[in-house]
Amino acid sequence: MEHHLVVDRVTKTFGDLKANDAVSLHVRKGTVHAVLGENGAGKTTLMNILYGLYHPDAGRIRIGGRAVRINSPRGALESGIGMVHQHFMLIGPLTVIENVILGLEQSGLRLGLAEHVERLIELSQSFGFDIEPSEPVWKLPMGMQQRVEILKLLYRNADILILDEPTSVLTPSETGPFFDVLGRLKEAGKTILFITHKLEEVMAVADEVTVMRDGKVTAELKTSETNPRELARLMVGRDVVFDITRSEGHFGPAKLTVEGLRAQNDRGLQALDDVGFEVRTGEILGIAGVDGNGQAELAEVIAGLRPIEAGRILIGGADAAHASVAERKHGFKIGYVPEDRQVVGLDLNHSVAFNLILRSLGRAPFTRFGILDFKTIRAHAERLTERYDVRPRGVEQEVRFLSGGNQQKVILAREIEDEPEVLIVSQPCKGLDVGAIEFVQKTLLDQREKGVAILYISTELEHIMAVCDRIAVMSRGRITGILKPEEAAPERLGMLMAGATTDAS
Amino acid sequence: MLGVLRAVYLLKGVWAILAALLLGSILIWLGNSNPIEAYEALFTGAFFEYHGFATTLVKMSPMLLAGLAVAVPLRAGQFNIGAEGQIYLGALFATFAALYLPEALPGWLHIIICSLAGMIGGGLWGLIPGYLKACHNVNEVIVTLLMNYIGINLVSYFVSGPMLAEGAPYPYSDEIREELWLPYILPRTDAHLGVVIGIIFAILLYYSFRRTSVGLSLATVGHNPAAARYAGISVRRHIILSLAFGGALAGLAGAYEVLGLKYRLFHMFSAGYGFDGIVVALLAEGNPLLVTAAALFLGGLRSGANIMQRAVGVPTTVVEAIQGLVVIFVTASVAFRFENSYLAAVWRRRKAMDAVLAAEREEVGPP
Amino acid sequence: MMDTLLDPTMLADFLSTSLRLSVPIVFAALGGVLSERSGVYNIGLEGMMLAGAFGAAVGTFFTNIPFVGLVSGAFAGALTAVVLAVLAVSLGVNQIVAGIAINMFSIGVTAFLSRIVFSGQANTMTLPGYKAFAIPGLASIPILGPVLFKQDALVYLMYVTVPLLFYLLFRTPWGLNIRAVGENPRAADTAGVRVNMVRYLCVLGSGALAGLGGCYLVLSQVFLFSEHMSAGKGFIALAAIILGRWNPVGALFACLLFGLFDALQLRLQFVNPEVPYQAFVILPYVVSILALVGLVGKPRPPGAVGLPYTRESK
Repeated sequence: MEHHLVVDRVTKTFGDLKANDAVSLHVRKGTVHAVLGENGAGKTTLMNILYGLYHPDAGRIRIGGRAVRINSPRGALESGIGMVHQHFMLIGPLTVIENVILGLEQSGLRLGLAEHVERLIELSQSFGFDIEPSEPVWKLPMGMQQRVEILKLLYRNADILILDEPTSVLTPSETGPFFDVLGRLKEAGKTILFITHKLEEVMAVADEVTVMRDGKVTAELKTSETNPRELARLMVGRDVVFDITRSEGHFGPAKLTVEGLRAQNDRGLQALDDVGFEVRTGEILGIAGVDGNGQAELAEVIAGLRPIEAGRILIGGADAAHASVAERKHGFKIGYVPEDRQVVGLDLNHSVAFNLILRSLGRAPFTRFGILDFKTIRAHAERLTERYDVRPRGVEQEVRFLSGGNQQKVILAREIEDEPEVLIVSQPCKGLDVGAIEFVQKTLLDQREKGVAILYISTELEHIMAVCDRIAVMSRGRITGILKPEEAAPERLGMLMAGATTDAS
Repeated sequence: MLGVLRAVYLLKGVWAILAALLLGSILIWLGNSNPIEAYEALFTGAFFEYHGFATTLVKMSPMLLAGLAVAVPLRAGQFNIGAEGQIYLGALFATFAALYLPEALPGWLHIIICSLAGMIGGGLWGLIPGYLKACHNVNEVIVTLLMNYIGINLVSYFVSGPMLAEGAPYPYSDEIREELWLPYILPRTDAHLGVVIGIIFAILLYYSFRRTSVGLSLATVGHNPAAARYAGISVRRHIILSLAFGGALAGLAGAYEVLGLKYRLFHMFSAGYGFDGIVVALLAEGNPLLVTAAALFLGGLRSGANIMQRAVGVPTTVVEAIQGLVVIFVTASVAFRFENSYLAAVWRRRKAMDAVLAAEREEVGPP
Repeated sequence: MMDTLLDPTMLADFLSTSLRLSVPIVFAALGGVLSERSGVYNIGLEGMMLAGAFGAAVGTFFTNIPFVGLVSGAFAGALTAVVLAVLAVSLGVNQIVAGIAINMFSIGVTAFLSRIVFSGQANTMTLPGYKAFAIPGLASIPILGPVLFKQDALVYLMYVTVPLLFYLLFRTPWGLNIRAVGENPRAADTAGVRVNMVRYLCVLGSGALAGLGGCYLVLSQVFLFSEHMSAGKGFIALAAIILGRWNPVGALFACLLFGLFDALQLRLQFVNPEVPYQAFVILPYVVSILALVGLVGKPRPPGAVGLPYTRESK
């Protein structure tokens, strides 16, 4: 059967990096086709090419048998391709209907909102959901915003819908309805391209899957003819098993205790809603949950980067809730490895040596009478890069040239060298290759041996299971349950992440 | 070959200036003059002739200090468009100190006090926008711009009213006594010590930008406010500090216009030196040593303009136009870079700054 | 002063002066609203206004027809705006610097060229311009009638331009595109809007509008051209844009308020030399700063203003 959408050996290079290397895709009409791969596999680059945001260096795209040149998003839409990005392309202050009709070829002087509203309501009802056309988009919950994005494409008669990591912003309870919508789109004859790194979703929803790794396609399969283990191997290159052994824990008294934390996120919504837990010395407490349920804010609040509305943060009994960032680091000995390595954790314009003392600028022995002692700074850096095996070695090079894994080493080295008593790590393995991940996990386990109380925040359940002594699950700003890894079966975790508390039966 | 291309790129500031001069020569030609003669008169007059060079130094003094006044906040990612107003406030405070403090004070001490007064005046005028930006996230570009006019009119009020000299035909203050006049550095000319003080500040700032923790903290605040907060640097405090200190430098420029050149406070005495400072700082991309060079160049253009007019008959307004062209071309040339444009990057980070300040603003200090 | 407020004809006179003083600022502010709504700061309004004044003077000087001056003034403003558009939109250069550069260049070049073009007559010539005329019926309304409806053609043009701009921004597809581009150019781009084209057109439009402000100075106020005659009106317009919350109607009212202050300070200078007139000169600036701080409401600029947009950037 003739494939509806064919990507024929497309290549795209950025500087030294070959993001797509002779990638081919064969998609049949009316199917849900998953594109599976890890971060950095090249999936989003490929989709951006299909949507006209990037131009391929080589290769061709064919739709319905005919070769097409897609030079811009408008061109993509003309060819019937629409895309819902992972980070929605909606304009906050504008209303739903304004967002939907933006960019339509409209002649004349009138916006014609009334007619468009009617048409939009009809369209959304035919797919089985309600919509409020006059609401400003920033007020809508994520699931609703996603539907607006999809409606935008349907309104323009898009045939092929590309969805980039669509469930990354949804809670488990929103995922079900989302899959229903996919089903209805399929019934209506639409073709869906679904980018993801989650194996379960591929198996649950897709008819066919193309697996990518390091910019190349490693397999094109029907989901009925494969299984998660095989997919994982194709995605990562080897069986995904972590070689980490966790020793018996020696736990002391509670070192980090948070009680009744309440805080808002950047949009003014409640991110932390009465959060409380404790971490003992020598213990690693994991915080699991779908991204966006308050984990990022929790880390910021403890580190001092976000104010709290209520609650206490006790370090060994003393309340740090109103201390400055510097006081928490140097006084309360709270180390913090932030989620956003490059924007928060490091100053990319400066050298490795500078970044290694970034949080101690102005303190002895690196500074005397306000003037930096470059000799001491350099010696310190050389010692640390040696101990933590940062590559390449040079301490004067700009830290932006290091790989993700080495940048993370710099951050870890810096935080650990100051002998913290509490360590907060937020998504520490994001974007790292397997070797770097093992290094990070081992380093954290070492600190655990030394008696540091560690709060490990991550969306990767496998990592949490490997390293944590206990796992707390966060959902909508609350701790819904705290389990031991042995008790953490997937269904149980899923329910906790969806908001059921351990009290519910 | 790559080395040559790199060199060409690096010199793009120079190409830009040459391009501006070239277009300027078209204007001169339109004015029925010979561009070559005109430029020759301008440049030799400004730099190679004793009195012309003295005038260059005179004009360079406020431009240099104003340039530094813009460069310091720029390092922290702030745009100080208010140097002009800060100059006026500095001159006002310095004149107060000069006219109304006891005459028994020894001259040199009094001059120092007047300089400090000038720095306080300008510093105040920089502190206000700094505070508004840091604590209320008010765009400092607009506030500093608007405060220029408040400052200018404030001075206008004082010299038309309370400070008006007896029998003055137009608004100016009494003359300050001779002991308070800044020493001359070139005999028989107007060139005064102000420019030397400016150069000293430039050197000190250059050094502190690279070697002191304050200087590096400012840079981190400017590049990457989120990382700065994470590093424990108070973004708020550094923003206020940078704008206040910048204002103080501009205030000093104003003080020296009174103490070194005019010896009294005049209504509208500044020929736009505050805006020249912006040009100078941006041409130099915030580097204090390059600010000195740029101020010298621009000062020379101004000084040479008068000489050119006398020698060849080309009106001085052409130099204003050329100055505008220089800025246009140099800023355009910045876009042709291997990495992204410096200023665009500063601007992008400013947006991050807003988010950080919003968070820090609500931070409760130690009890 | 009080007698002014009590006597209807004097009051009408005073308000009429206020209105006339605000007109050039209104045009400039409208231009600034258009530009900033699309995401581009236009600090060069002063220079574009001046260019417009010069263009108007040149056009009228050679043809004796004020309308030609009007067109050439708007054109001169737009031409100056091309520089800003190239610098800010195509080259992605810092918009504040570009604006300041344009002001400097414009002040210098108009002064220089005026001497050549008008050969010294600039300050003494009297150009034909627009005189006030009454709109029958409307002009008879007590007090407001003569104030609003006994003005010259350009004032009436302003009355029409404000609602037109409002309609454009909020009721047309182009306006939707403009607002989208100003808030989130990446999203607008993926929706198929040509971001840079929209910005170019808005910047050019803002130049033309600022130019019209300059035309008013020449063709309706003083009937000649003098160096730097815009005298900072382009900067007050920036304050009005903020106070007016980036809305054409809001900007209009802000400008009217500033015109009132201006008329007050002029009156004070003559009537009551004891009171510092400077207080009223600085009042517009102080009020705008207070507005920014949020004491007079909290205005929010378009989300992406000041940020250049390139497609392949992160």
